[in-house]
Amino acid sequence: MSKSFEPVIVGFTCNWCSYRAADAAGTARVKYAPNVRLIRLMCSGRLDPTFVMKALAGGADGVLISGCHPGDCHYIDQNYKALRRFLLLRRTLKGFGIEPERIKLVWASAAEGVQLAREIDSFVEDIRKLGPLNWPKWDSNGHAAEKQPVMEVTA
Amino acid sequence: MGEKIGVYVCHCGTNIAGMVDVEGVRDWAKDHLAEDGVVVSRDYKFMCSSLGQELIEKDIKELGLTRVVVAACSPHLHEKTFRTASERAGLNPYLTELVSIREQVSWVHTDKAVATEKSKALLAGTVERVVYNEALEKLKVPINPNTLVVGGGIAGIQAALEIANAGFHVYLVEREPSIGGHMAQFDKTFPTLDCSACILTPRMVEAGYHPNITLLTWSEVESVSGYVGNFNVTIKKKARYVIEELCTGCGICVEKCPMKVVDDAFEAGFGKRKVIYTPFAQAVPNYPVLDKPNCTYFKNGKCKACEKFCPTNAIDFTQEDKYLNVDVGNIILATGYDLFDPRRIPQYGYGRLPDVYTSMEFERMCNASGPTDGNVVLRDGKTVPQTVVIVHCVGSRDENYNQYCSGICCMQSLKFAHLVKERTGAEVYNCYIDMRTPFKDYEEFYKRILDEGTHFVRGKVAEITDAARIPAEEGKLIVQVEDTLIGKQRRIPADMVILSIGIEPRADAKQTGQLFGISCSASGWYMERHPKLDPVTTMTEGILIAGCASGPKDIPASVSQGAAAAARVLDKILQKEVEMEPIRATVDEDKCSGCKICNNLCPFNAISFIDDLAVTRINPALCQGCGTCVAACPAGAISGTGFSNEQIFAQIDGLLMGV
Repeated sequence: MSKSFEPVIVGFTCNWCSYRAADAAGTARVKYAPNVRLIRLMCSGRLDPTFVMKALAGGADGVLISGCHPGDCHYIDQNYKALRRFLLLRRTLKGFGIEPERIKLVWASAAEGVQLAREIDSFVEDIRKLGPLNWPKWDSNGHAAEKQPVMEVTA
Repeated sequence: MGEKIGVYVCHCGTNIAGMVDVEGVRDWAKDHLAEDGVVVSRDYKFMCSSLGQELIEKDIKELGLTRVVVAACSPHLHEKTFRTASERAGLNPYLTELVSIREQVSWVHTDKAVATEKSKALLAGTVERVVYNEALEKLKVPINPNTLVVGGGIAGIQAALEIANAGFHVYLVEREPSIGGHMAQFDKTFPTLDCSACILTPRMVEAGYHPNITLLTWSEVESVSGYVGNFNVTIKKKARYVIEELCTGCGICVEKCPMKVVDDAFEAGFGKRKVIYTPFAQAVPNYPVLDKPNCTYFKNGKCKACEKFCPTNAIDFTQEDKYLNVDVGNIILATGYDLFDPRRIPQYGYGRLPDVYTSMEFERMCNASGPTDGNVVLRDGKTVPQTVVIVHCVGSRDENYNQYCSGICCMQSLKFAHLVKERTGAEVYNCYIDMRTPFKDYEEFYKRILDEGTHFVRGKVAEITDAARIPAEEGKLIVQVEDTLIGKQRRIPADMVILSIGIEPRADAKQTGQLFGISCSASGWYMERHPKLDPVTTMTEGILIAGCASGPKDIPASVSQGAAAAARVLDKILQKEVEMEPIRATVDEDKCSGCKICNNLCPFNAISFIDDLAVTRINPALCQGCGTCVAACPAGAISGTGFSNEQIFAQIDGLLMGV
């Protein structure tokens, strides 16, 4: 491992488009930064904002959210709801003192493996510039602790 | 949790093992994921092989595994394989998960140490997640046996006939006045040189009069709702101004109509038609259509010649668009293609130089029922050309227009070379980039055209001009092309130039795709579920594609696809019910506060509010499992099977293990 800062990014992908775009990138052997770890949801509309908070609290330096292009949603228009939540999340993050650029929304169709790979690469570089999130870790009594996440996100 | 989890790491030959330390991942899982419940961790050369599957089945039976995690390829490839294997061993299939360490790791990364670490993280995420997986049962919904076929070209006709002949009802919707599609416009078909109409029209007639086919021409699909097995479709029947029940198709109205306009559709702008018209003699159905924007009566309030002479009083100027509502179980889209507009390449002079023709114009010119009665003549209607140049790849294999090869133009151009020679004896030049003649009897046809004495010039045409440089070029079209085989620029004087234009996705393909819930690839064609193994189905269950809707195809391939799509639909119909993934949202009514936040989120109207109880309920038959309402519920009262909050949270924890 190199000594430079290697961001950890959690990515939420839609089962119908961006997860398949990741498949397509793989099949075509398109290379991209290994910093992203993907979670498959059925739809970007399934993205509960607490997922993003949980990922950031758990040590991720950035969160990628991806869904079908506007108008192409497998569930008609649920990606618009993801867009709404994304915009709200950025404002919320700002309120927490976290750079809103740590979350990124990417539309990627199942055919766009190369595009998704390039978006991942550029996002990794963006986060690398921002540096580690370095969220202080606290225990439940409000004392600084090593392993406790900053907030308890419950289901 | 007390779960017993088995982890299986696949080498996939060297596909995974070449970039990921498979044994390392296996041992790491055994050591570090034991407290999550991993009791056995194995690797195998090919997990998807029967021996690999047996390994899992044996462990389930002997070790009493309650969860299985396979780190291999994408779940879209082998999830079903491993879930079925688990089921055979008595484990509910939904307790088995796949981790994609091939598509998402070994194939896309280049550092083995990093790739191995990422594989461990992905594996840990799924191990933590699978603990919260629930045993689920597949949902079964009945299939409506009716089918909608959109597009009445040869692919759509074939699909409709196959299904109708099997005894099930088909609604065949076509937006033009007649079925037949592009094939009806052609004169001859390559490589056999059969008359296109002779082989197509019997199929058209069969479709038109089939008791199991409801033919809806001059009609378009307005809206689609529902899901596989149970679609509800609204079809707009555009006003024909002809009462179909009364019309006998005698054609007197067409004869008496005093107005002629350029026919941009069937005659490709090359010929004229009346304002009330049937597009061609063998049209099915043979009722005419009145072209309202060009009709003298609709413009000036006078004329009505058609009405006066109609012997059965079938003309109705007050007719309005009608809307039809039909229920179908499956939909086949055979919406075809558009032709490339060569005006986009100004240096080829189409539209400016009268004797530059498109391939479709030339098809109509060759056709005995076309504007020139089948005579190959120049725009003046009488001069027979002495020299004809056929330009290949117009708008295809060109970075400026379409990168792809349109597939059919080489053979079409060879056919034109033959027809020009046969009918005029002219010198024929084919300017090509590469000759592509890959299917049955195609190369033999190319050989035949070579033997007929057609000249072949290997080079992309730079320009077509009427500006002569030497007296011999006066009054001619000059085709400037680099002959790359002799390494020289050539200027070929010609009387006629035929542009073999490429084929493109329909201009409204994207909107149509959105209407039916399917998406287009980068070049605009509809995407198949799998380009090789599943070419006629799409990501949306119950929506199939056939013919050129998914990419350029010749007639045999379009027919095969129409039949293949029909076979898929028949398979579904005969099963009488369709299995659906049990990914659904449910409301815990004890937790629901009745805030109604979720009520407006569902595009499938699956959510309703029960006033008496002040709670929300979700109809599982309508729910499609997107999970948007689950994410929105502030009380956490809605849970989504397969993708519950607990599962996702655990997966996030696992992915970030050690970060």
